[in-house]
Amino acid sequence: MPIVVVIGFFQLVVLQEPIPNLGEILVGTLFVMIGLALFVKGLEMGLFPIGETMAHSFARKGSLSWLLLFAAALGFGTTVAEPALIAVAEEAAEIAAAGKVIENTPEAMESYADGLRLTVAISVGFAILVGVLRIIRGWPIHYLIIAGYIGVIIMTAFAPPEIIGIAYDSGGVTTSTITVPLVTALGVGLASSIKGRNPMVDGFGLIAFASLTPMIFVMGYGMLI
Amino acid sequence: MSVDTLFALWHTLVDTIADVVPIAVIIFGFQLLVLRKPIPHLGRVIAGFLYVLIGLAFFLEGLELALFPLGKLMAAQLTDPAFIASVSHHSSLNWKDYYWVYLFAFAIGFSTTIAEPSLLAVALKANQVSGGTVGVMGLRVAVALGVAIGIALGTYRIVSGTPLHWYIIAGYIVVVIQTFYAPKIIIALAYDSGGVTTSTVTVPLVAALGLGLASTVPGRSTLLDGFGLIAFASLFPIMSVMAYAQLSEWRAKRASRSN
Repeated sequence: MPIVVVIGFFQLVVLQEPIPNLGEILVGTLFVMIGLALFVKGLEMGLFPIGETMAHSFARKGSLSWLLLFAAALGFGTTVAEPALIAVAEEAAEIAAAGKVIENTPEAMESYADGLRLTVAISVGFAILVGVLRIIRGWPIHYLIIAGYIGVIIMTAFAPPEIIGIAYDSGGVTTSTITVPLVTALGVGLASSIKGRNPMVDGFGLIAFASLTPMIFVMGYGMLI
Repeated sequence: MSVDTLFALWHTLVDTIADVVPIAVIIFGFQLLVLRKPIPHLGRVIAGFLYVLIGLAFFLEGLELALFPLGKLMAAQLTDPAFIASVSHHSSLNWKDYYWVYLFAFAIGFSTTIAEPSLLAVALKANQVSGGTVGVMGLRVAVALGVAIGIALGTYRIVSGTPLHWYIIAGYIVVVIQTFYAPKIIIALAYDSGGVTTSTVTVPLVAALGLGLASTVPGRSTLLDGFGLIAFASLFPIMSVMAYAQLSEWRAKRASRSN
């Protein structure tokens, strides 16, 4: 556990303070190791196979609209309940209230936070949909990502300054530990079941879209409110 | 192990389950209503989901016990003006006096990313798909270095108070240039590694560091300057993974030329 080494070094050498409750740290480290071992076992038994099986079944069924609906639902559904996003949305509401963008009442802040969460969830749903469409059509990923970057830069020029930091961060917090393996398996499964697609070149990239679109959508949300 | 620990573990498990319910509803809904096919090895898949849930609960609770309190406390202590002044050689503080903060940011970025479960998942998948060309540990180290550099630079940005978007735009330009030179096979994976780095382990510690720094450096606002570290942590791995691929390709070429 490199984290233990880092924390131990800074605590003992730099700050020169003893490490409190060593027993808890040992139990915690043991928990972390058990947890990671179970997680990896579960990935290989559950999350990876189900993602790939569904990708293969959708490819055989041949219905593009159902597949896209599934992609969008998966993106939206996994993001809207994401705890990290809920925390960020609440902080954003406080910033907006402090910056007099919205009224400083609990109701106004809650509706702002909910709106932001919904915005991010919709943007992730949209991202997975576009990403799946890209795998099927075989579009090169970098054109789409560069277009996204240009979108981010243009929006930065127009968005209110208070929202920019949160918008940039929201790209990173949307993808949870359960979403990532599932979405990765879906992409790789799709790319390997469609003729002419390489799972390495075409299968990855869904997560990249899911971390890019929220930035654009959140800045848009900041401009509208 | 105390009763409190068991109770907290149970609580984390319930939270994790709540996180998974929407995902399970979507998967099983589509599988049964749209695809109309039974799930192969249903028992195994459900057991796998249970392993993931219990594993994550243990993992998060372990972090909560062992590292989060101390890590957050240290982020606060290291950014404390009294500590910074004690290592400073000047009468007034400037950005160079925060070197322990940059070093801590680098170290914490690297070590939390190495431990990140979603990065491990993607690395395993990439290793399998690439037939072993992409090494699990190699990818994890490349991503972790990217996050470390990103977060260290991000703390420098908070200390110096320069605008976030210039850094991000400059980063985008580097990524775009690298894209045209990097091996095609790594590009999608590199883009993905930006998003997977910041999950359960990294976000709480890094957020504590950013907010602590923004609240103690004179002239910074927590609200305006405390954010942005996650953005750095999601951008720099893209560069480091492409650089890693370029480096391995270059070394392979040199090796084949000398033979």
